[in-house]
Amino acid sequence: MRGVRWLLLKDLQILRRSPLQAALLVAYPILIAVLVGFAISRGPEDPRVAFLNEVPADTRINVGGQELPKANVKERICRRVECVFVDDRAEAREKVESGDVLAALILPADLVNKINSLSTLAPGVPEVEVLVNEENAVKAELVDDRITSLLAQANLAIARRIGSEGGRYLGLIVNGGEFNVLGESVQILGLRASARILEAVTPALPKSLRPALEEVASFAAQARDNLDVAKPLLDRLAQPIAVDKVVVGGESPPLEIFAIAVAATLTLAFVVVLLVAGSLALEREENAFSRLTRGLVSSGGLLGEKVLLGIAVGLVVTLLMLLGMAVFVPLEWSRFELWLLAILASAAALGTAGAALGAAAREVRAVSLLAFMVTLPIAFLSLVPSGAVSPALFDAIRYLTALFPFKPALEAITAALDEAGPGIGGPLAHLAALCAAYAAIARLALRRFVTV
Amino acid sequence: MRATGVVKRFGEREALRGVSFSASPGELVAIIGPNGAGKTTLLSILAGIARADEGEVDSPDGEVGWVPQQAALYRRLTVEENLLLFARLEGREDPRGSVEEMLELTGLRERRGEIVARLSGGNQQRINIAIGLLSRPAVLLLDEPSVGLDPRQRARLWEFVSGLAGGGTTVIFSTHDIQEAERYGGRVLVLADGESLFDGSAEELREAVRSEAPEAADRDFETAFVAYLHHRGH
Repeated sequence: MRGVRWLLLKDLQILRRSPLQAALLVAYPILIAVLVGFAISRGPEDPRVAFLNEVPADTRINVGGQELPKANVKERICRRVECVFVDDRAEAREKVESGDVLAALILPADLVNKINSLSTLAPGVPEVEVLVNEENAVKAELVDDRITSLLAQANLAIARRIGSEGGRYLGLIVNGGEFNVLGESVQILGLRASARILEAVTPALPKSLRPALEEVASFAAQARDNLDVAKPLLDRLAQPIAVDKVVVGGESPPLEIFAIAVAATLTLAFVVVLLVAGSLALEREENAFSRLTRGLVSSGGLLGEKVLLGIAVGLVVTLLMLLGMAVFVPLEWSRFELWLLAILASAAALGTAGAALGAAAREVRAVSLLAFMVTLPIAFLSLVPSGAVSPALFDAIRYLTALFPFKPALEAITAALDEAGPGIGGPLAHLAALCAAYAAIARLALRRFVTV
Repeated sequence: MRATGVVKRFGEREALRGVSFSASPGELVAIIGPNGAGKTTLLSILAGIARADEGEVDSPDGEVGWVPQQAALYRRLTVEENLLLFARLEGREDPRGSVEEMLELTGLRERRGEIVARLSGGNQQRINIAIGLLSRPAVLLLDEPSVGLDPRQRARLWEFVSGLAGGGTTVIFSTHDIQEAERYGGRVLVLADGESLFDGSAEELREAVRSEAPEAADRDFETAFVAYLHHRGH
């Protein structure tokens, strides 16, 4: 242990003596972590879409000669995208071409007329115009998805308005009321009142006429009942399928907590794995390894010292990062002991994995590259949710990520941060098992350098 | 220090084939031979870094100091920090006192605060040797200590090493420079392809070369030595 203490001091001196390297070691993973955290926790920003409405302001959609109230299509669209209002087509085109906006949506002047023609004998095809700049495949896909979604929203708004107006007319037929025709108010009797009148006059009629009148009254009652049912049907016609979401498993933490856990685990993984692997490889690169293991310190002691170094630096960096995050997102400080436990266990497992990598290669550069090549893909694979890929591929990812400490570390840190989440015991046991396995691998890998 | 019948194999290849030799206190022994002769392997076995497959190595009481061919130093630490670290790892009772002693011995007291990476190869090698001496070893093993040094640095190095031997430390060093071995080695052990060809003084080696390769006797010693190796089947 005496030797471990002095080696630890030496490694911290070297780290302090290399401020650029130390800064990069800390800053780079934090930068990645913060970016990933933001990407996960924030939905995509509203895309900027140029909007040109050429429809005359006083034009209304009418059904059966009756104008409908405004459907507020513009407001509905502009709630889902950042509308950039333009004055003419040339301006819309210029903004799309320059990349200032993702697309331009133009409602032509004859749009409402063509919608109105749908209820005539010569229906037209209502069309909106979309100008896009598909400079790359991802952007093209994004524009298609957004525009399709926007049009679905617009169609839904119009369909709901038509359904609502249709329902109002049905209400007039069933219940009666006032109806405005060419500025004149007309009183509609309605089926309900008609049935009541028929029922009232029936006893006064000769018996021979009663069956026929009763038949008419029965029809009025049936029509009233059936039209009552038709109104909700009309309402549902605009959106026939509703969503009933039932959570059957996988208690997910709040998105911001998950994002912080991802950012913290990414930072911890990169700092610890790179530092432990690099500092172990440095012992060989500086030719000090054979001198040290000639009785000054055992190979187990040397590995332990490197893991301790990783734990110490990883703990400080991760705690600092969590403190920084706490400024923006309220964290549960009463669970601080669990944070420490999760970070220490994660750092120990990541450190032994780093030691195994560091023991496998001879040079710091090769080790750093290896550490990046292992840590980065494993980290991203660990974030793939079930259902996002085929079941067979997801199983393969699950088994692969279980072999590296990133995923259990993420689960442990998430559990430590999220009060309502699952327990921390499982991930800690997983980390302990990986810690033991990687320590054994590191010792085996190091043995070939100790004595020949 | 005594080695008897040392054999070392790397797979099918025999790196050392029953090498025997001994060195007395204060003796300067040069191990020479072409590349791949087994010099570093023999020193590694004497240092305890490698294990012999056959044969025995008897070390004297006290530590065996080991100075690898390439300076085993932390280049981002200062001269003093390097010495202090290894003094602590060696478990010296007064590590700072040992550091002062080594700074005096290496003549680097004025440069104690300098980062090792900024020192010349010769000065780095002096610290490398000083670290090997921190445990006050009875035997000091040096693996090609003068490689990469300019003539002035070499001269300083050998003056330093000769001083150690003069103080009673057994110094065993490897080199492929025949003239260096002849000049500084009190005894010379010639290795070729893992085989011990000669063990004696530099004068005796010169005589052996003259008698076994007479056609090269009037040429320079290095050329004559190559002819000698050729005559011995190497």
